Amino acid sequence: MSTSMIDLVDVTKSYGKGLPAVSHVNLHVDKGEFVFIVGSSGSGKSTMIKLLLKELDQTSGSITVNGEQLDSMKHRKIPKYRRKLGVVFQDFRLLRDRNVYENVAFAQRVINLPTRVIRKRVPAVLQEVGLAEKYKSLPDELSGGEQQRVAIARALVNRPDLLLADEPTGNLDPKTSEEIMALLSQINRRGTTVLVVTHNREIVNAMKKRVVTMQNGVIISDEKEGEYHEA
Amino acid sequence: MRPSTIWYILKQGFINIKRNGMFSVASVMTMAVCIFLFGTFYSIVVNVNHVTKIAEAQVPVTVFFEEGTTREQIEEVSDLIRKWPEVESVTYVSPDEGWDAFSQKLFPEGSAAATLFKDENPLENSANLQITMNTIERQNALVLYLNGLDHVRSVNQARQAADTLTNFNRILYYTSVIIIVILLLIAVFLIGNTIAVGISVRKEEIGIMKYIGATDRFVRAPFLLEGIVLGAVGAAIPLAALYFLYNQTIAYIAGQFTVYSGTVEMLDVKSVFQTLGPVGLVLGVGIGLSASYLVTKKHLWV
Ligand SMILES: Nc1ncnc2c1ncn2[C@@H]1O[C@H](COP(=O)(O)OP(=O)(O)OP(=O)(O)O)[C@@H](O)[C@H]1O
Ligand SMILES: [Mg+2]
Repeated sequence: MSTSMIDLVDVTKSYGKGLPAVSHVNLHVDKGEFVFIVGSSGSGKSTMIKLLLKELDQTSGSITVNGEQLDSMKHRKIPKYRRKLGVVFQDFRLLRDRNVYENVAFAQRVINLPTRVIRKRVPAVLQEVGLAEKYKSLPDELSGGEQQRVAIARALVNRPDLLLADEPTGNLDPKTSEEIMALLSQINRRGTTVLVVTHNREIVNAMKKRVVTMQNGVIISDEKEGEYHEA
Repeated sequence: MRPSTIWYILKQGFINIKRNGMFSVASVMTMAVCIFLFGTFYSIVVNVNHVTKIAEAQVPVTVFFEEGTTREQIEEVSDLIRKWPEVESVTYVSPDEGWDAFSQKLFPEGSAAATLFKDENPLENSANLQITMNTIERQNALVLYLNGLDHVRSVNQARQAADTLTNFNRILYYTSVIIIVILLLIAVFLIGNTIAVGISVRKEEIGIMKYIGATDRFVRAPFLLEGIVLGAVGAAIPLAALYFLYNQTIAYIAGQFTVYSGTVEMLDVKSVFQTLGPVGLVLGVGIGLSASYLVTKKHLWV
């Protein structure tokens, strides 16, 4: 078994003419790591997440995630690949017309799992993110932090090997942001590899994790127990 | 697929239809008009065909003989004709019978012809055989055969009425094909539009589904189902209406034309709908499915 979770080798992504959004990036992440990706706006962080999700194809270079080579992956293999990933976004992306339970169960329904499994697994994961009591609430009846917990529960419910979070605390106040980051860290301690894109300087500096800094599509620093660098 | 998955897809399909109700209604209605016209034209065409066949079969082929042909010689010909399995009856019409029938047609009062020709029969040589057949398909072959026989002067094959009906059928056929094709295109467009609206409303949900790892098939299925249901409902309504109307029409025509009930016999509702029903449904479902197939292909990148 390889210990590698993410391997980017000389990866470049151009959207069109002009400077590439990601340029000749090399990044290696081991299984079980917790990594912050930081950098100013437009530095290519979200683009990198999209490449990892196989939402975008790189222009050149090679990407391997969780043992899967993404470069030559066929379109119809993508769903299966994504089932091993969990994703969380800044804007939560919950289904407004469905309650907390259904939002999380949704992630299992769409991959064809039996109701028997869903009934067991959804309450357990809601417990894990601290939302067991609110399972009947609609997203609009929840605070931002609670909504993000629902989104995290949805990302976790299928037990992903890798959790990707693109500015998960971007819409949250400082205290709630800390709680969410603590939750992500806790998930990481249970074995899931976690990659978090963030602008939150205080938290990055406080958590003493690996920090990868990007600027103009290039990785300009990569430090263990790193700090948030100004670009 | 699991029952729960099928149930999920069914539910989502119907939610789609309900969510954009106006669009759904509009596409179903266009589809309904389309299938209704199709059904109407179809019913007319098959009935005209049917009546034509009957009319053709009922008009007898008449064989006239050369001057001086004896009754015995005519009987010999008659026997030859009877050997044809398609021939239903061969009737000998003597010159006198022929004249009586003719003059009666010409001068219904009877007196004029009688006075004009007294006891002379102007149709002295009009002895003929009237042949009816049980199938129209072999009529031309029979006529050809008859023309080759001894003593035969001429053969009359009265296809006039049949030709007129056939022409009428052809014009109706082409007109209806054009109209139906145009309507079908409109129906495809409207159903496609309805589904495209449904997709745009659920864009976010579809995005989430894809991140989670839903297959294209799974994402697509509710929309395909939506197309099938719209098509099926759009076909079922006009077919039911046509079934009812057809029965009414048969009853009306039967009441109106009792005099000719021998010739104006419409096909019964069963024999029309055993083809029209399935064809109409398949057409509706097929259009709904292909519209949603095309639109989902375009908007869901599958
Ligand atoms: N779909 C797109 N088409 C064209 N250019 C794009 C597209 N998405 C991003 N870009 C460009 O690529 C570059 C990197 O964008 P990206 O979204 O990856 O930045 P980011 O680091 O996530 O920024 P932020 O912190 O503001 O989210 C930017 O210059 C952006 O304008
Ligand atoms: Mg971004």
